[in-house]
Amino acid sequence: MKWLTSLLTSSIGRKLIMALTGLFLCSFLVIHLIGNLQLLVDDGGVAFNDYAYFMTHFLPIKIVSYGLYAGIILHSIMGIALWLQNRKKKGVGYKGGKAQGSWASKNMGLLGTLILAFIFIHMGDFWFKMKFTDTLKMVSSEALGHDVKDLYKRVSIAFENPLIVIAYVIGQLVLAFHLWHGFASGFVTLGINNKKYTPIIETIGRVFAIVVPVGFVIIPILHYLGISF
Amino acid sequence: MKLKLKIWKQKNQTAEGKFHDYNVEADEHMSFLEMLDVLNEGLLENQQEPVAFDHDCREGICGTCSLVINGRPHGPMQGTTACQLHMRHFKDGDTITIEPWRANAFPIVKDLVTDRSAFDRIIQSGGFVSVNTGQAMDGNAIPIEKDVAGEAFEAATCIGCGACVAACPNGSAMLFTSAKINHLDLLPQGKVESSKRVVKMVEKMDEEGFGNCSNVGACHVECPKEIKLENIARMNRKYFAAKLSAK
Repeated sequence: MKWLTSLLTSSIGRKLIMALTGLFLCSFLVIHLIGNLQLLVDDGGVAFNDYAYFMTHFLPIKIVSYGLYAGIILHSIMGIALWLQNRKKKGVGYKGGKAQGSWASKNMGLLGTLILAFIFIHMGDFWFKMKFTDTLKMVSSEALGHDVKDLYKRVSIAFENPLIVIAYVIGQLVLAFHLWHGFASGFVTLGINNKKYTPIIETIGRVFAIVVPVGFVIIPILHYLGISF
Repeated sequence: MKLKLKIWKQKNQTAEGKFHDYNVEADEHMSFLEMLDVLNEGLLENQQEPVAFDHDCREGICGTCSLVINGRPHGPMQGTTACQLHMRHFKDGDTITIEPWRANAFPIVKDLVTDRSAFDRIIQSGGFVSVNTGQAMDGNAIPIEKDVAGEAFEAATCIGCGACVAACPNGSAMLFTSAKINHLDLLPQGKVESSKRVVKMVEKMDEEGFGNCSNVGACHVECPKEIKLENIARMNRKYFAAKLSAK
C-alpha cells in the first residue's frame, strides 16, 4: 500500500484528489439542479416534496449522499491545505505587478472557502431542518400514500426574504467563478489534455460554469417574484 | 532615455532586503542587461556597490538571466529572455521595478541572484538516458515519427531558467519538470527509464520544496521558450501510470 500513500500524498496525487472530488461534485450539481427545478412547477410543491422524500429515503441515494458529504469534506480540507501550503512555498510576492492567469484560477482557495460557507448556510437552512428537526409541517402525498415533510413550504418562506435571495445570487456567482477554472482544470490534472479534446472540454467547462449557477439562481429569484410554470 | 529603477537589494539569503532607487541613462538599442551594465559601471565609478544579477550567454539560450521586470519574469515581451529584451520596449521617463525570482525553493543569494540548484537536483534524480558504450549507433537507424520528434524537441527547448516557478503563484516547478521528463520520455532512447524517471523526478521536485500546481497557466505565459501546459498533463498521465503499474 506504500505506493498508494506515496501517490496520494505527492503533489500530483493531491491534485488528483482535488480533480476527482471536484468533478464528482460537478456531477452532483447537475442532479441537484434538475431536482430543484421542480420548485418552479406550479403544483403547490407536490412534485418537489415527493422528490425530497425519495431522495432522503431511497437506500442507493442515501449511500451516494454519504459519498457526497465525504467528497465535500475531502475537497475542502485538501483545498484549504494546498492553499495554505502554496502561499508558504511562494513566499514573498512581487511588488512590480500581478501574476498572469485568470482571476478565478488565482483565487480558487478564496472562492472555495466562500462556497463552503454558502454550503453551511444552505444545508443549515434546508437539509438540517428537514433531517434533524420537526419544524417542517407534514403534508399528505397522494402519489406515495402517506404524509411527507413539507420542504417546499420551507423553501418558499426562505425565498420570500430578499436578503436570502441576494445571498443565493452571490453564492452562485462565486460558484460560477470557481467552476470557470475548476471544471477544465480537473481534466488537465487527470492528464486529459491534447489538441483535439482540450478546446471541447474548455468550452463545456465555460458553458457549465454559466448554465448551472444561472439555473440555480433563477429558482430563488422566480420564487421571490412569484413566478412559476 | 532616462529611467528610474526600483531594484531589490539584499545582502545575502538571511538578510532583510529592500528596494533601492537608481537613475540610469540608457539607449533604446541596448538590451536590458546592457542597461544594467551601464548602471553598474556608474555605481563602480562612484565607489558604490553594483547590483548583483545573473547572466551568461546573453543569447537567450542558457537560462541564466533571471529578472522579474515590472512583476513579470523576463519582462513584458512574449517568448523572450531578459537578455533578449531591448530597451526600445520602454519609454523615456519610465519607472522599472526589478525583483529576483520569488519562490522558497529558490533562495536569494544576493540582490537579484537566486540559487536554482534545486533544478539541477531534479535533473540528477532522473533526467538522463542510459546508453551502451562502444561505437555510436547510426542516428537514422531508429525511426521516430515526425510529430513525436517535434513534440520532444519542443519540450527540450526548455532552458531551465526557472521563470515558470517565478511566475507561478504557488511556486510550482511542474512546467520545468514535465518538460524535462517528456523530452526524454517521448523518444525511444528515453523509454528504458520511463516509469522510474517520472516517479523519481516528481518525488525530487516535491522534496525540493516547490509548491503544488493548480493549473493557473502563468508559467506557460511567462516561459521564454513557450513550453506548453500539455507537458504537465502528460507528466500527470505518466506519473499515474507509473505508480499504478510499478511492481
